[in-house]
This record gives sequence, C-alpha cells and structure tokens, in this order.
Amino acid sequence: MTVVASRELRDGEIVFVGIGLPNLACNLARSTHAPGLVLIYESGAVGALPERLPVSIGDPSLVTGSLMVTGMADIFQLFLQGGRIEVGFLGGAQIDRYGNINTTVVGDYAHPKVRLPGSGGAAEIAIHAHRTLIISRLSTRAFPAEVDFITSPGNHSRGRSRKEWGMPGAGPVKVITDRGVLVASERDGEMELAALYPGMTTEDVTSRVGWPLRVRERLATVAPPSDEEIRLLREVLDPSKLYLKGG
Amino acid sequence: MSEPAAALSKVVSMRDAIARFVHDGDTVVIEGFTHLICFAAGHEIIRQRRRDLVLCRLTPDLIIDQMIAAGCARKLVFSWAGNPGVGALHAFRRAVEANTPPLEIEEYSHFGMVARFSAGAAHLPFWPLRDYQGTDIAEVNPRIRQVTCPFTGESLAAVPALNPDVTIVHAQRADAEGNTQIWGLLGVQKEAAFASRHVIVVVEELVDTSVVRADPNRTLIPGMIVDAVVVEPWGAHPSYAQGHYDRDNEFYVAWEKISRDPAALARYLDEFVLGVKDRAEYLALLPGLTKRLAATPRVCAGVSYGY
Repeated sequence: MTVVASRELRDGEIVFVGIGLPNLACNLARSTHAPGLVLIYESGAVGALPERLPVSIGDPSLVTGSLMVTGMADIFQLFLQGGRIEVGFLGGAQIDRYGNINTTVVGDYAHPKVRLPGSGGAAEIAIHAHRTLIISRLSTRAFPAEVDFITSPGNHSRGRSRKEWGMPGAGPVKVITDRGVLVASERDGEMELAALYPGMTTEDVTSRVGWPLRVRERLATVAPPSDEEIRLLREVLDPSKLYLKGG
Repeated sequence: MSEPAAALSKVVSMRDAIARFVHDGDTVVIEGFTHLICFAAGHEIIRQRRRDLVLCRLTPDLIIDQMIAAGCARKLVFSWAGNPGVGALHAFRRAVEANTPPLEIEEYSHFGMVARFSAGAAHLPFWPLRDYQGTDIAEVNPRIRQVTCPFTGESLAAVPALNPDVTIVHAQRADAEGNTQIWGLLGVQKEAAFASRHVIVVVEELVDTSVVRADPNRTLIPGMIVDAVVVEPWGAHPSYAQGHYDRDNEFYVAWEKISRDPAALARYLDEFVLGVKDRAEYLALLPGLTKRLAATPRVCAGVSYGY
C-alpha cells in the first residue's frame, strides 16, 4: 500500500501529510522519483525533511531543517483554504462507495458504540485539497455501504455532488487498499475496482466491500515493489517497523 | 534611547497562578499542538480539585484524559480526541460511550477551532470559513451555522468566537512581565491567548527583558496580555519543548494501557498527580528522565536587527 501510494505522488507536488502510512509514502516518494515533493503538516511545518520517522503529526523532527514553521491559523487559512495544497491523504474507520469517510463514531452520534477521535483537519483537507488519496486495508467493516457518520465528504454526500456543494477540491480520486486500487468514476464519483495487486483476484476485493462494487472491464495489475523501494522502506525509512506491518 | 522603567514582576508559583485564575465552572484552555502542552498546570488544576470546567483544546491529548478521569470537566470543546501516534483516549471514550463520568461535548474540525480562537482574539462575534459542506459535523453541532457573503452571495460556514476565562501557554522562555518567546510548532497559542480574559504563561526559562528585546520577532505573546508567569522546567513533560527535551513517547504508549483500566488510571493520578505537591516532586519520581529526553542542541545563528 505504501509503495502504491508513493507512486501516486509527482515530483514537486505540495502534499498535506498525515501520520503513519501516508508519511512513509511521502518520504519514500521523496527518496525515489519525487525528490522535490513539498511536505506540509497540519502542525505547522512546511517543507519538512524529517530525519527520523515522526511518531506524531507534531513531532519535533518536522521542525528541524524545514523551510517554514508557522501557526495553525496560517496552515488552514492561507495554505489549505488558500488553495495551495495539491494532494491530501486520508484514512478512516469507515469508507463508503463515494469515498465519504467516518473518523467520528461507530453507531449513533449521541450514543456511540465506539467513539473515534473525530475530524482533526480531515474534513477541510477533504474539501480543499486539489485531490485526495485514501489509504485503507480492505474489510467489510471498513467498507460499509453507508458510513455511520460523514466526517470527511467524498464525491457524493448528503444527497449532493461536490460540485453542487461548491467544494473547491476534486475529492478522493483513488482508494489504495492492500489488495487493489479503486478509482473514482468520472461520471458519478462512485469508486470502481481498477487495478489488482499481483496474485489477487476480483473476488479478493469485492468480497471485502459492503456494497456491490463496480469492476472495470479492463483491470490493470499493480507493479510489485522494486528491490530499491523495499530496501528504502525496511532499512532506511521504517527500520523499527513502527508503521510497516505487512503494509 | 532610554531604558523603560522595570515593570512589576508577574512571576508566581503554579499553585498561586491556578488558585487565582482558574475557578470552578470556568472555560479553560491549555493549548499546544503536540508541542508545549502544559501538563504541570493540568496536574495542579487536578490537585486543587477544580470542578465543572469547560475544557477547550484542539487535541485533548493525555492531559485532558487525566482531567476528565479526575472529575474536573463538565464539558469538552475539541476537534481531535486521540492519543497522538498511539490510539485512543480511554477516559474520554468511557465518558462519551458510557457516561462515566458524564461529559458534554461540542465538536469541530481543527479549522473550526482555529477559527473560533481567531474570532475571539480579533473581537469579532464569529469567523467565516469554507468548510463543513457535505459533512455530518454541522448536523450534530448547532453552533456551526451558515452565513451569506454580502458581496458575492456565497454561502459560508460560520463558527462563534471562543473567549475563554483563562488560557495557559507553555513556552521556552519569557521575562518577568510575560513577554513570551516560542519557537518550533506554534499551534494556536497566539490566538488562544489574545482571545482569553486571563493568560498564564509557564516557561522553561525566565530571562531578562534584554534577551527578549534582542530577538523581538520570536515573541509570540506580549506581556501586556499576560497575568502570571510561572517558571516550571520540564513542565510540558510528557509532551516536549523544542530545544529543551523530546516527547516521552514511551509514556504516550504506556498511557494506552493505563487509561484503558480505570483502576490503573486512578493509581496513576494518586501517585504522580495527587501524591505530589508540585512539579519538582513529580520529576523526582522519574529518575533518568532528563538524561533520556534532553534535546541535542541545534542552535540557529541568529540575524542582525541593525539599521
């Protein structure tokens, strides 16, 4: 997943980085095909070059050697709402067919079965980033037909399209999973299976999604990680396996 | 240029600062985004057994989990309630999922909270932002509303000003008057302090005003809005202070297990918060801490302010 996500990033792009696998993916891209990637963290670090794997989104290593450190009002008003962020990474406990994401509650909001952390900056990243990439392992629990709560809006939410809501960003263009890649339909924004990892079948993906998943006629096969990508991840970027657990 | 007359010192003990500026029922902010979270102040509020507080913070972090478990909070206003880089806040979860203890919540996204402090700081009744379209967040929070731009007709989200009774900011250094310098991640401390009726600054180091004047661009909070200055080295532990000490990630990981079990959490509060009289006694319970977490210096050269 990390390698596939890293390949989605183009050299020179401005990325709003989340912690965990997105952070690894961004740093892998920076070490391979996208040395000019600009990493922006919601904590205020712009153009960060973390020398260690940050353990939180506000890690002190994001500050040391970065291009700019600024307050969060600037990050949200000038960078994100100002339209400067090209790519945003999102993940969540539940993801639906339109890429709506729930990180707030499982069950009813007033009486939740499980209370999750909430939005953080995710709602506004989903609305403003020029495009977003979702990363998540596949399971019917994580991919229900409908999310219990929309924290971060996808391509169609609360009865309207992004265009009808007037959202500036293009929304989730891809969902990168551990078995294949879903791509948003240009027609209606619904996620469709577009590529499989080597050795995976269509059924491996569709059986782990809680709605009848659309499958494209021609499925691509995702190129396996190169020796160099594996070496960088295992030996340089996450040698203590803080985030890499078979991902 | 003549030196201005020395201002009255605002330096007080943590006990006196909390006794004087934090009262039952107050709206209290302890800000700092991962960086510079003033655990020392939170612990003193627990020791003084404040009740019915409205706690506002973007990321409640472990300190608010501890204050909820200690029974200080009536309500939490927030945007992300987790253990950063680790997982969940279990005292918070028990309060919301099982009502033990009862806790009212008012929830935004980070941008919404930042906007509330910005409005409060600028003395405006609300702050407009392009946010919340298509989400359920505004559906469950009636204080997130819509306004129409009088110039373009565009519909925008609006959040109300947040003006806390007191904001507590941890910082690397300040002078005795409260001119406060912070570097590293700045969070929303400036806006929170300007929005607040009272401000307590807690510092790693008390410096002479000449140190502040030598580098005025680094001042985040001016002394004129500060009520009290508390000198409390390592007061942000287990969070961190850039240039002074690293985050105690081992403790953040350990909190997962402690906070899962209400009895273990109560034992933690008994030993490390209620069982000590101040920060010095807390640090004495953690031998080797300063050596383990002390920052490796990376000193910046500075600039010329000459003209």
